[in-house]
Amino acid sequence: MVTQTVILNGHIIDSLILAKVLDAIVMLGGRFDLLEVKIGETREVSSHVMIQVKAETSSLLGEIIEAIQPHGATVEIEHDCTVQAAPADGILPDAFYASSHFPTQVRLNGQWIDVDRVEMDLAIVVRQNPLSASMIPMAEVKKGDLIVTGSEGVRVFPLERPHERDVFGFMEAQVSSERPHRHIICDIANRMRKIKQGRETGEPLQKVLLAGGPAIVHAGGREALAWLIDSGYIHVLFCGNALAAHDMEAGIFGTSLGYSLGAGRAVPHGHEHHLRTINRIRGIGSIETAVESGVVHDGIMAACVHRGVNVVMAGTIRDDGPLPGVITDSIHAQTAMRAALPGVGLVLLVASTLHAVATGNLLPATVPTVCVDINPAVPTKLSDRGSFQAVGLVMDSSSFLGELARELGWEDKEGPR
Amino acid sequence: MSRLLMCRPDYFGIEYEINPWMRISNASNPTTCQAQWQALVHVLEEDIGVKVEYIEPVHGLPDLVFTANAGIVARGKAVPSRFRHPERRREEQYFEQWFERHGYEVVRLDPDLYFEGAGDLLGFADVWFGGYRQRSDVRAYTVLTEIFHKEILPLELINPKFYHLDTCFCPLSGGDVLYFPGAFDSYAQTVIEARIESTRRVPVPSVEAERFACNAVCVGRHVVLPTGCPETTKLLEGKGYLPHQLELDEFLKAGGSAKCLTLALD
Repeated sequence: MVTQTVILNGHIIDSLILAKVLDAIVMLGGRFDLLEVKIGETREVSSHVMIQVKAETSSLLGEIIEAIQPHGATVEIEHDCTVQAAPADGILPDAFYASSHFPTQVRLNGQWIDVDRVEMDLAIVVRQNPLSASMIPMAEVKKGDLIVTGSEGVRVFPLERPHERDVFGFMEAQVSSERPHRHIICDIANRMRKIKQGRETGEPLQKVLLAGGPAIVHAGGREALAWLIDSGYIHVLFCGNALAAHDMEAGIFGTSLGYSLGAGRAVPHGHEHHLRTINRIRGIGSIETAVESGVVHDGIMAACVHRGVNVVMAGTIRDDGPLPGVITDSIHAQTAMRAALPGVGLVLLVASTLHAVATGNLLPATVPTVCVDINPAVPTKLSDRGSFQAVGLVMDSSSFLGELARELGWEDKEGPR
Repeated sequence: MSRLLMCRPDYFGIEYEINPWMRISNASNPTTCQAQWQALVHVLEEDIGVKVEYIEPVHGLPDLVFTANAGIVARGKAVPSRFRHPERRREEQYFEQWFERHGYEVVRLDPDLYFEGAGDLLGFADVWFGGYRQRSDVRAYTVLTEIFHKEILPLELINPKFYHLDTCFCPLSGGDVLYFPGAFDSYAQTVIEARIESTRRVPVPSVEAERFACNAVCVGRHVVLPTGCPETTKLLEGKGYLPHQLELDEFLKAGGSAKCLTLALD
């Protein structure tokens, strides 16, 4: 799809000039967006409209522009984006363009090209041969990289309303503990079912990402999540040291942070269980080996290993251990998380403020996202930090995962419902 | 008293071809030209009581006689034309000088913004109409709206024979309009129908449109139009106008008639 912005001024409404121009665009096979519309307040005052003309090919676009120019459509004067070389590794030029998480294009050598790796709060690096542009974190910049500066020659596209009419159709944060959850969970399940079917029928690969916190295990959502992973509904897991540690603690000791998951009571020396678990896995060398050797035989991490789920574990300051595989350098962790994002078509952020905000901020605004937390402050915070597209669900993570899994066919110990 | 600007046809002739009416081989007769032009002046001055102002003819500028294309004049301001064809571009300086010498505030358009004066811009007290696509550029009307603070509705002209708005559209003093619908695209026809009620619209038959029935001068109830337009004459009489039919065929050879030969000054 190629585009060109044109401007139309004058008495364009009553004279039907605007109607004529828009009709011509459509009749010739193009499409349009009205970017700006200012109607003259009185009959004596001109109106002003900015139209973005879209066509499948540049020759069709040229044909359309040629057809509408005689009616006053004036091609907006456009300039290439400006670039400056990065002065040193990890340092951006002062006037660097700071990205948003919306689809973005830059104009290079007279043509608009899409910017890859859309993410908020990054810079844009331009490469020649072949001509390309992608967003780049500050830390990854190398001396001499050509970085886009200022805002000329950069355009950002508002989100188009998705075709599917479900809870994600409005792409706006809705946070309420008083809304019914069921229809939201049904919509999430439908999306997950479609993605799974798409993967099985060879459609372009889409992935479901879940970023979660240890409360999933404490609250009793472990079996449901393990089932979802085992059944092929989740393909990427972002978590920290704790989710993995408590999941395997539950597998080995039957406790979570020392509490018996069965009896719901603290067991003697239970508070040491997660440390002993971490120590055991460190001794074995990796979670994969622990699962393959049968030391860890069920739960979330075992399901991940069995299904080949891409797990990125990012460490934090007060981590015990940590477990082997936990990335303790936060910049390296960001890089590993970014590398797992291409193809992600649905994101579930469950019971973790830290991982929810971190993951949310790495995502383009186009990815449907759900944030589930018992505390309404978490989805609100996520929205405040810019990920306004996330649908907020205020509920217990165990209830959420249980309902979601049951919607997809899980039959838990209490029997089918 | 109404004032009109005119130019003696001393150097009028068919010296180039810039519209479908012009054929160099179809030369005009200078004696007949003078007689037809004098008859027009006589009717305007003596029968209708118009004050005619004159611009000096210039050798080598055969179309200077078509003063409707000098520019547009309103409220003491004059915006001189910017001709599309180089053959007529040489007239611009003479018209500009005339406006300046006669005390008008001259407002100039960009040289490459085509606008052919009262030939393409006509209207009523509340709304003006601007012909475009053949000669004038539709963008000119956005600028003219700002200069005159008027609503100007552009109308697309689709027939090269009716290359100026004044060849197919003539607002009359009583709020009526003589016009030839076939000269306009469907959007323009819809605009005319939306802005001028049906009882005010006087469509002329195509055979008379091709005689330039719409290229008429209306002053009060008087309407001066070319001969050979009996149906139009009848329609005008039926609406209470006083038609004056004049032989102007020498000028039709260049694609002009009564209206093209005059410019309303106020």
